[in-house]
Amino acid sequence: MNIIEFISQPWPWYVAGPLIGLTVPILLLIGNKSFGISSNLRHICAACIPAKIPFFQYDWKKETWNLFFVAGIVIGGFIAATFLNNPEPVIVNQKLATDMAAYGITNYQNIVPEDLFNWNALFSLRGFLLMVVGGFLVGFGTRYAGGCTSGHSIMGLSTLQWPSLIATCCFMAGGFIMANLILPLILSL
Amino acid sequence: MTHQEIYRSGPWWHYIKYGIVGIIFGIVFTKAEIISWFRIQEMFRLESFHMYGVIGSAVATGLISVLLIKKFNIKTVSGEEINFYPKTFNKGQVYGGLLFGFGWAMTGACPGPLFAQIGTGATVIIISLLSAITGTWVYGYFREKLPH
Repeated sequence: MNIIEFISQPWPWYVAGPLIGLTVPILLLIGNKSFGISSNLRHICAACIPAKIPFFQYDWKKETWNLFFVAGIVIGGFIAATFLNNPEPVIVNQKLATDMAAYGITNYQNIVPEDLFNWNALFSLRGFLLMVVGGFLVGFGTRYAGGCTSGHSIMGLSTLQWPSLIATCCFMAGGFIMANLILPLILSL
Repeated sequence: MTHQEIYRSGPWWHYIKYGIVGIIFGIVFTKAEIISWFRIQEMFRLESFHMYGVIGSAVATGLISVLLIKKFNIKTVSGEEINFYPKTFNKGQVYGGLLFGFGWAMTGACPGPLFAQIGTGATVIIISLLSAITGTWVYGYFREKLPH
């Protein structure tokens, strides 16, 4: 097995977690930047559609680093999917696979499930709810909460901010409610 | 001009280092399947330890790093004092947190993974991202009227 084959396998949590955690000191050391990804959505609004809204009236150009960071994430996704791709389907818990098969979700070939997220599905009620409404809630919710999993759950908890602990608990609570109580209804549409 | 101001208004290529950190981050996201909708469902259905392991070990690594930076008063590479910004509590962390949790379980993505998913070739996720930007804008528009 060569090195490319080796790193093309899915990475276990104990490799990925510490690497993600190291982003905190790396960003601090190379430029005094606090880790947080959702703020780039605000910077994009401030740069493109400020519409005289006070929340978007600030010097977003000072936060340009954050836009370079997310551009890097896009490129990273491309590199991983193109040069380090694992040809095997995503391996999931058998119980999940059985439950998802009942909703017609059987394709595990790509990391983003083809059966749910594709251009045709966008025009179905199920796809519209998952992609458009779901995306809206991600953007609205993270800004309302003042951060996302990176800003609150990783940077905030790393610096012992108790508001971040509350935010993280609410992220998880919302996810549990949606995944177990509401999502089954959306998937059966 | 202070050193910091010169630094902030520096040439665009000063930002490339953040792009490189982003590239590594995007590769980790994708290879550890954190951007997979299925992994997020497993987490919220308590069917896998994977995501808990990722988040838990990321927080532990971040926590230890920050403790070391504070204890040894480590400076940035350009010699600046490292700043930490305390977060203040408001009810937005509860309401917004729950709403983001809903969106997280629906899209299978937080803001970072949305970008990585697009990079893997799932072009339709551009719509989710535009929708997330719209959500941020709508929050900004109604901000004064929302409970905080």
